[in-house]
Amino acid sequence: MKEELFVSGRNIPNIDPYLHIWHWQIPLYLFLGGLAAGILFFAGYFVVMQKEKDMQASVKWAPLLAPFALALGLFALFLDLKHQLYFWRLYTTVRFTSPMSWGAWTLMFITPLSVIWVASYMKEMFPRWDWKFEILNKFEAFAIKYRKTMAWAIMVLAIILGVYTGILLSAFNARPLWNTSILGPLFLVSGLSTGLAFTMMISKSKYERKVLGRIDLILITVELFLITHMFMGFLAGSAAKIEAAELFLGGDFTVTFWAFVVVLGLIFPAIMEILELRGYHVPIWIPSTFILIGGLVFRFVMVEAGQITRFLY
Amino acid sequence: MRYAMAIDTKKCVGCGDCVVACQTENNVPHGYCRDWIVENVSGSYPNVEIELRSERCNHCDNAPCVRCCPTGASHIVEGGIVMVTHNECIGCGACIESCPYDARYSHPEGYVDKCTFCKHRLDKGQNPACVEVCPTKCLHFGDLDDPNSDVSKALKDRKWKVLAPEAGTKPQLYFLT
Repeated sequence: MKEELFVSGRNIPNIDPYLHIWHWQIPLYLFLGGLAAGILFFAGYFVVMQKEKDMQASVKWAPLLAPFALALGLFALFLDLKHQLYFWRLYTTVRFTSPMSWGAWTLMFITPLSVIWVASYMKEMFPRWDWKFEILNKFEAFAIKYRKTMAWAIMVLAIILGVYTGILLSAFNARPLWNTSILGPLFLVSGLSTGLAFTMMISKSKYERKVLGRIDLILITVELFLITHMFMGFLAGSAAKIEAAELFLGGDFTVTFWAFVVVLGLIFPAIMEILELRGYHVPIWIPSTFILIGGLVFRFVMVEAGQITRFLY
Repeated sequence: MRYAMAIDTKKCVGCGDCVVACQTENNVPHGYCRDWIVENVSGSYPNVEIELRSERCNHCDNAPCVRCCPTGASHIVEGGIVMVTHNECIGCGACIESCPYDARYSHPEGYVDKCTFCKHRLDKGQNPACVEVCPTKCLHFGDLDDPNSDVSKALKDRKWKVLAPEAGTKPQLYFLT
């Protein structure tokens, strides 16, 4: 039996024949949000664990990127809005059922906090740094005094931000590929891993790279496990889920996903890191770059493919 | 009160009058539409069947678009009609992504737009424009809570289905089969 659907009189831009309302801005933002979440989480973590001395790059230098990543991500989000002059409406209400509202508010807190975090380390990083105004000096002293509290806050907010990048997609039950709760942890772990990759790349301490490399290996393993789990869930699911999974199992996104995300973005850097830990000399930028590119491609693939999937009726 | 619509797929001829009436009534920009016709052809020659459906927003009881809206621009008014307040909408697209029926679109002016069951006409005691113009009278509209309404009567002694019930949205467009 054959079945065909014709929809007459309808060719709405960005919706027909396939939904494509979200373009490059969203995956870019999800990547930058995850990256910043990863960097900030570990910065907070090592301060709470009192490892500041050994983890200079994680605590001080990498967070320098976070405010810029967040600002760029927010700008990308802003570009994606179609009714841009009304963006402030996000901040006149709190909608508990809307992940986007959660995300907007989280960003409202974590972005300034990341700036304060970086500011509190400015003089340590750049000894000749001068705040010029007395009030800023006072503010700095205040920030340094409450650094540990800040570390806790930033860890919690970073986790919410990381999870939110996934939940943003998984809240849409109309798109079967996204509508899996595993996307929250998966995006969080992937974000943490990209954050670590960046920190490893700029770290000058061999000890720090080793510690970060070990954590990253665990994260990559968890990520591979979550991806396997995601597909198991799809294939054991309804027809719409199976069809969604087939985009990656023989469909249009098979090569992009398995080659660029799984093999080059996860397995290859994991092997490199294992070699490094075994004592072989591996330039650290190789696994780091592959993890970062893998993370970016992963988000592009998920956003693009998810919009194609739909309920069948 | 619960507004709903029943669409008689046996009577619909797919003329598209409902589409044009809606576009005219609601000043829908060129190239866009709030309702549309789906021709569902199944079987293989010579045993072919066709089902014609005039589709639009399902004004779901459990509306995912309202749930996902970060500003509250998408909301439900009396009678269960899902509405969008234009000057609260930021055009983020979350509701468009969340709709299993692809009933929403991004208006060229930025905000999201969709079927309103012609709320402005209901307020005046009139039927939605699409219902009014249908030449085969295949669209039945009214209040489900009122047993004498057109839609209640249409649903009473006919078999019907809703679209993608598995999406869990509790849609309020009933297709008489």
